[in-house]
Amino acid sequence: MNVPLSWLKDYIDIDLSLEELARALTMAGLEVDSVKVIGLPLPEGERHEFKYSGLAWDREKVVVAQIDEVMPHPNADRLVLCRLNDGLQEQVVLTGAPNLYDYKGQGPLPRPIKVAYAKEGAQIYDGHQPGQVLTTLKRAKIRGVESYSMVCSEKELGISEEHEGVIFLDDDAPTGMPLADYMGDAVFEISILPNMIRNASVLGVARELAAITGKPLRLPQRRLPADGPSVVGQVSIQIQDPAMNPRFVVGLLRGASARPSPYWVQRRLRLAGMRPINSIVDATNYVMLETGQPLHAFDYDHLRQRAHGQPPTIITRAAHPGEKLTTLDGVERNLDPFTTLVCDTEGALSIAGVMGGLESEVTPQSQTILLEGASWNFINVRRTVASQRLNSEAGYRFSRGIHPALAQEAVQLCLERMAAWSGGQIAADLVDAYPAPVVDPVVELPASEVQRVLGIELSAEEVAGLLRRLEFTCTVQGDIVTAQAPAHRLDIGEGVVGRADLLEEVARLYGYNNIPAVRLSASLPRQRRNPALEGEERLRDALVRAGLREVATYRMTTPEREARALPLGAVQAETPYVRLANPIASDRTVMRRSLLASVLEVVERNSRLRPRLAFFEIGPVFLPNPEAPLPAEPVRLALALSGARHIAAWDRPEAHAMDFFDLKGILEAAFNELHLSDVRFEPTQHPSFHPGKCALVRVGERVAGVAGELHPKVAEHYDFGAAPVLAAELDVAVLLSCIPARYEIQPVPVFPPVLEDIAVVVDEDLPAEKIEAVIRAAGGKLLTDVRLFDIYRGDKLGEGKKSMAYSLTYMAPDRTLTDQEATQIRQKVIRRLDQELGAKLRS
Amino acid sequence: MTDLPILLQNLTSIQEQALAELESVQDEAGLQAWRTAHLGRSSAVMRVFSDLGKLSKEERPQVGQNANQVKLALEGAFNLRSDELRQAALQRSLQNERLDVTLPGRAPTLGSLHPATQNLREIYRVLGDMGFQVYRARDVESDEYNFELLNIPAHHPARDMWDTFHTLTPGVLLRTHTSPGQIHAMREYAPDPVRVILPGMCYRYEQISARSEIQFNQVEMLAIDKGITFGDLKGTLNDFARRLFGDEVRTRLRPSYFPFTEPSAEMDVECFVCGGKGCPICKGSGWLEILGCGMVHPTVLKNGGYDPAVYSGFAAGMGPERIAMLRYRITDIRYFWGNDVRFLEQF
Repeated sequence: MNVPLSWLKDYIDIDLSLEELARALTMAGLEVDSVKVIGLPLPEGERHEFKYSGLAWDREKVVVAQIDEVMPHPNADRLVLCRLNDGLQEQVVLTGAPNLYDYKGQGPLPRPIKVAYAKEGAQIYDGHQPGQVLTTLKRAKIRGVESYSMVCSEKELGISEEHEGVIFLDDDAPTGMPLADYMGDAVFEISILPNMIRNASVLGVARELAAITGKPLRLPQRRLPADGPSVVGQVSIQIQDPAMNPRFVVGLLRGASARPSPYWVQRRLRLAGMRPINSIVDATNYVMLETGQPLHAFDYDHLRQRAHGQPPTIITRAAHPGEKLTTLDGVERNLDPFTTLVCDTEGALSIAGVMGGLESEVTPQSQTILLEGASWNFINVRRTVASQRLNSEAGYRFSRGIHPALAQEAVQLCLERMAAWSGGQIAADLVDAYPAPVVDPVVELPASEVQRVLGIELSAEEVAGLLRRLEFTCTVQGDIVTAQAPAHRLDIGEGVVGRADLLEEVARLYGYNNIPAVRLSASLPRQRRNPALEGEERLRDALVRAGLREVATYRMTTPEREARALPLGAVQAETPYVRLANPIASDRTVMRRSLLASVLEVVERNSRLRPRLAFFEIGPVFLPNPEAPLPAEPVRLALALSGARHIAAWDRPEAHAMDFFDLKGILEAAFNELHLSDVRFEPTQHPSFHPGKCALVRVGERVAGVAGELHPKVAEHYDFGAAPVLAAELDVAVLLSCIPARYEIQPVPVFPPVLEDIAVVVDEDLPAEKIEAVIRAAGGKLLTDVRLFDIYRGDKLGEGKKSMAYSLTYMAPDRTLTDQEATQIRQKVIRRLDQELGAKLRS
Repeated sequence: MTDLPILLQNLTSIQEQALAELESVQDEAGLQAWRTAHLGRSSAVMRVFSDLGKLSKEERPQVGQNANQVKLALEGAFNLRSDELRQAALQRSLQNERLDVTLPGRAPTLGSLHPATQNLREIYRVLGDMGFQVYRARDVESDEYNFELLNIPAHHPARDMWDTFHTLTPGVLLRTHTSPGQIHAMREYAPDPVRVILPGMCYRYEQISARSEIQFNQVEMLAIDKGITFGDLKGTLNDFARRLFGDEVRTRLRPSYFPFTEPSAEMDVECFVCGGKGCPICKGSGWLEILGCGMVHPTVLKNGGYDPAVYSGFAAGMGPERIAMLRYRITDIRYFWGNDVRFLEQF
């Protein structure tokens, strides 16, 4: 909502600076986004709380002037010379404004044209350049005639984009007056909160300002200055559903003639963001901006024609199935059955509260104007606005709720303004159908509630005083304030909700920043653990310590993007997804099922940026549940590695590319931190992974997920570097469920260990896991550590054999082991390896 | 029979000669050679000891004593010289072993947490200290929890505040805010008091640009109990802002509107970049808008299972990514889910 300061001042005295006014409005909930200054001086100093823009007019150099005669230019048809009086002297000014051509060569004008005049040296905007480019008026010769000053358009003065012709000021503009004094202004761009639609009008803002500042509000007069025969009998109104259309008021203006509105009206409309059309349409828009009540003007004679010469009947009803209407914007619309229409006996005239129909529109030729002011069910209007995707000033206001009392007031005011600007006779009376009168809610608010919810101690009288400033009607009995909402707002509820509504108003007028801040004194609720979050965070920390970067990706993707993580043949056509009904982009149509696919995209994106890539993400995937409307959202861990094992330095070349065992080491380190025991990697097959380099990760009896080297056929779907990509996707809940509730540590040994290496030759396909298991079982408690340090294959061993070298640590908790004891363990280990695995000691 | 004075004279010259030689020793090898020569088994002074038996009973003590003195003197001198030489060697090596300390260090392979996680954790920590505990809820939500139970009925104009992603399942949508968690938490806790943090990813149907994203984290705090006031809300938020932005930071509340709170407010904090003087970050205003808040609406309390005539509470919500953008001067919100390492490495 754009509110011109000059307009606001019609209803309330304002002695605040622009900054103070903007702050006062903002702190009352009318947030000022920016202030556009029109001709007035911009606030001085560096720091402003608000954004200002605009052009200040030099009081000496930009003034009201009058053109007394328009003369042809001797050398150019498209230019004219004006004999102009700027209040100090008469001069001849050159201009190319097309709206002056008509006056060319008429001799001295009987009614001088009042204009905005910029003298030599004045700073204005260049009218011929797009946007706002400042220029200073200098002396120049144009086609042989000297020019040093200018008659200005709105664009040149920064009022609007209008540059079709120069401004014709109203005739009463005082020649010689500084223009800034005559029509300097400031436009406050205000964000209207959804519950404050009552303030989407100049009067509404003035009303709020009166409540804040305590200054009296000057309401426009509410009496109909009728001077013609009554409207009663000229039109009848039928409301089919009062719940949808609580009130419908019409008035009549006879003998009007559309013409350009007075300049001040046009200027205000433009400043408020609307385009002036003619004095009839402008009056409806002006009064809508003024009061907040949208109005609609019909050509009465046309309606009468449709009614075959009889007084027309206005019918409001729901649209019939299949009914269509072409609206003012020229679009033929298929109407929803819930949409309310304004009709006559012949058919639809307009979409109620949203937009008029093209056919019944007032034209510049219309003479008899039937003016509608109605109120509509706001929920229903919003449904229509949403369904028709039709945004209009009327729809914006009606879809948020306009009090029916405004309908009558606005029709009266508009008839008066329309007559003043278009001529004509206002018919006496209004035809007012008001089948569902609003009962403004009465709410009881004990002062103790103010204390209980807001934490401020106010007497009932003080509470009533604050509410009265907002025009609530209040009575006080003991502790209780009984307040009735004023007849211009619909946002106050009943009962306990109404109480909250009043509390908000009390807080707002008291000033949020005047309410003392206190420290929460309520007792601390019983504290609860959040094991899932704690576990995820521990997992994150463990992976970060292992050198991985956490990423966070979009949770929306497409089935096609996820299919990249599988070889072509493995993609299932009918994978169920949580699908969006209204995706915003073709590459974000479903909720992801695979976290791995997302992390692989991160590897791809960074593949040329760093030699070592190591990423993980922990987050939910979305699996539709055939039994229930809401999907399962299990949390997954995906990780991906590729490239150098460590980062090169100036004296250290880049390391080998990471392989499966880097991935496994990282997982093991993370699992160790979580104290997961009994984690096993078993060979498995998975379409995304290399068949020989893929493991099922099992924790205890549960399968946590899969880890391995990406299948080359999958890798080629991505723009990866040359190095293999290692990846895993694991179920976090499985991992976390295996974290022991508690764990015990081993005492730090006090006796020295005995270290010893053995190497055994075994069959190539014997898994390392089995060898270690046999060694540990044979070694018993005194064998405290087994570490594989070398694998050797060679001719000496023979085909299909490998040598596995282990470093063994023997240690007793209570004594130093003797060589004899160590030898005994060793011999047992060697014997068991031979017996159980056929492993021979390598000599 | 030997001449005692000669013997003693001999010892003196042994000492003098050895000490003179020690003077010219310059390194460890020379030092060891000197020790072998002058204190070793076949050195002059040791020979005096081994020859003591050849002396008369009368001469023996005096020669022995003198020889011992010489030995001690030589050992002392040796230790002194040895120390000197070690010090000199250390000095030399300290002088010679100079690195170019401006050469780059060898980078360890470090991991890092995503900035969004870091932000969330900071907020958890601060609010956790104030007794708020994390309560998480689902991303794909029902219309009922996301809107209706939060006092936003179907077709209500307040719905215009949230551009919503709907799924193909009627009544199922992507949560537009973390507030559905208010109802989940209340229904789980009622009638016990509530003090929770509601974090999570939220979704809005908006064109992705440098300023707006289709998904973003939100963190809400919710406190419900008997006797919680707007003053408590202010106090709690002030403490929160001080912990996050600095002990001296000022805050202010502006009236606002949310269907699920009343009174509702936006909280501004004094710009932590310029201290409120006005700068490009706060666009000259001196204030930064960081969260929305208010007293829980009676309808929401009721829907959560609390009697609004007895219980009251407050809720406040913020966007951690937005706060991070202000703090780290991140100019493009798309960085967060873009996962470019050149962004991630900076946190």
